[in-house]
Amino acid sequence: MSTHTEAGHHGPAKGISRWILTTNHKDIGTMYLVFSLIMLFIGGSMAFVIRAELFQPGLQLVMPEFFNQMTTMHGLIMVFGAVMPAFVGLANWQVPLMIGAPDMALPRLNNLSFWILPFAFSMLLATLLMPGGAPDFGWTFYAPLSTTYAPPSVTFFIFAIHMMGISSILGAINIIVTIFNMRAPGMKMMDLPLFVWTWLITAFLLIAVMPVLAAVVTMMLMDVHFGTSFFNAAGGGDPVLFQHVFWFFAHPEVYIMVLPAFGIVSQIVPTFARKPLFGYHSMVYATASIAILSFIVWAHHMFTVGMPLVGELFFMYSTMLIAVPTGVKVFNWVSTMFRGSMTFETPMLFAIAFIVLFTIGGLSGLMLAIAPADFQYHDTYFVVAHFHYVLVPGAVFGIIAGVYYWLPKWCGKMYDEKLGQWHFWLSFIGVNLTFFPMHFVGLAGMPRRIPDYALQFADFNMLTSLGAFLFGTTQLLFVYILIKTVRKGKPAPQLPWDGAKGLEWTVPTPAPYHTFATPPVFGDK
Amino acid sequence: MKRWLTPTKPSGLLAIVVLMFGFGFMLVPLYDVFCEITGLNGKTGGPYQAQAETLPVTSERQVTIQFVANRNDNLPWSFAPEQEQMKLAVGERKQTVFSVSNSYDRPVVARVIPSVSPARAADYLNKIECFCFQKQPLQAGEAKEFPLVFFIDPDLPEDITKLTLSYTLFDISDTD
Repeated sequence: MSTHTEAGHHGPAKGISRWILTTNHKDIGTMYLVFSLIMLFIGGSMAFVIRAELFQPGLQLVMPEFFNQMTTMHGLIMVFGAVMPAFVGLANWQVPLMIGAPDMALPRLNNLSFWILPFAFSMLLATLLMPGGAPDFGWTFYAPLSTTYAPPSVTFFIFAIHMMGISSILGAINIIVTIFNMRAPGMKMMDLPLFVWTWLITAFLLIAVMPVLAAVVTMMLMDVHFGTSFFNAAGGGDPVLFQHVFWFFAHPEVYIMVLPAFGIVSQIVPTFARKPLFGYHSMVYATASIAILSFIVWAHHMFTVGMPLVGELFFMYSTMLIAVPTGVKVFNWVSTMFRGSMTFETPMLFAIAFIVLFTIGGLSGLMLAIAPADFQYHDTYFVVAHFHYVLVPGAVFGIIAGVYYWLPKWCGKMYDEKLGQWHFWLSFIGVNLTFFPMHFVGLAGMPRRIPDYALQFADFNMLTSLGAFLFGTTQLLFVYILIKTVRKGKPAPQLPWDGAKGLEWTVPTPAPYHTFATPPVFGDK
Repeated sequence: MKRWLTPTKPSGLLAIVVLMFGFGFMLVPLYDVFCEITGLNGKTGGPYQAQAETLPVTSERQVTIQFVANRNDNLPWSFAPEQEQMKLAVGERKQTVFSVSNSYDRPVVARVIPSVSPARAADYLNKIECFCFQKQPLQAGEAKEFPLVFFIDPDLPEDITKLTLSYTLFDISDTD
């Protein structure tokens, strides 16, 4: 027993080996978050190239081939490198703290699943320097563009995807096992904080669909190198099959990228409204319904492939059905705020912006779900506007809100509220200036993934580019705020937000290296 | 349920992962079976098996069939139907020819992939003999006539009066 107590008090190892060998959930969480921040800037600089080229009509800066590589890599890096690892990082930090566990259930696996990522992304980024260039077939890598007509670097892309998949699957297994087996005594499933619930459901989505992604890239690998014809019509295969298998993975994937953000917002809104969350049970059931429905709607991404009418109708109505549980969630957040004593600190501002702007993205999603209308919108900037509205002010704002919310507990210091407010307002203006005009050019018929466009789209594209530059540079302010907080922030109190509830706020500030060495008794504060 | 298979344990979760990886591959045959049962995708089946003579000829109902010949990747070959469209009675056995010539200076192995539009007519277009059943090797400069023997099933839905049979010619010399 005495050795156990000693173990509870030793600090982290010194030097670089602390980070390489660590099995501590807080260290690994920090590494995930820093990694995803780096990826955000790499992916962001690619967006910068795209928007600089599209600032004016005509070809100014880059060749179309390189432009295609930029759109592809931007998508892949933001999805697999920025958003997903950021959520895993938040889960690593918060899930053990919120359920009263001393660490993740499988700490060494946790270390492995993080350290796969730098290798996977080095490999993916290295393709930019290879002969033939980086992957240029869009982040959706449709066959035969990604098989018959792919650059030679496609093999590295395939292995990078395999590695990212393994990392996500291991991370998801770890989170599920932790939540099921390491809850504080007395904490039932329906006592779980919503961030933990949404992550549990997300983790099940991950282990269900990441293997399908692995399968589809393996089929590509075999088509490219071993003479099979899964997606090659000449050999009796079918390129449309690729789209079915890909979207069977990728539709749940888009919910993987937003469900944890729902959880974060469900933690933040009650805190700053100083009211318990409205409709906890319906929130859990709504999240589960969204996850289950995500498996039967995939073909709404491919209404134009020549599906029979019955198929179009099925996928149209099932997609629209998802608006119901999503509407329940938005209703609950608004009801939580209703008659609350609200204050508007930075995390709350990001959370409210999430609710409003995600709803806009959801509504354009409903428009796209209308099969006959989709023939007009398909592959236009309207689609780009839609998914950026759900991913940037959706997923990314959710992550930023979570970081501001929990940062005082993590590092024991308070961020600069004034700078936080600046960060929010500049991001809010930047995001809308970037993505709102895309709706207009999309409805007017501007296709996505092109380096040049017709003259009538020039003004809106210039606005979009200006917004993108504003939004991108504003995130440098975010980095400055983070560094300033860690270096010389004012010490944060034990409970930085007076409406905050939950086990994570019962540990000292800053959270010690080891927490809950003795399990807390839930409900006995 | 076996204890290790519970979805709250790493072993059980790994089992789900393996299962879903397999499911990804299972989607390939499932897709084909699904398309075959529902007749989606406009894919026609293999050689017609039953005895063609036993089928009733109902000459009252006439349909139009159009033939389209495409070359993938714009291969420098010629590939064209002898007749671009014909009228025939349902149940009636017809023969037509597609002519193809290899204008490459090397031998080429080709494969022809059929597709029927509207897709739900695919199930009713029965081919007794078709050049699309086999790979077609052609010597440099060689010209050939590809025969097609087919009939249309009398059960063809009433509202279909015109169908298009399209063939796409692929060069598969590399993969062969």
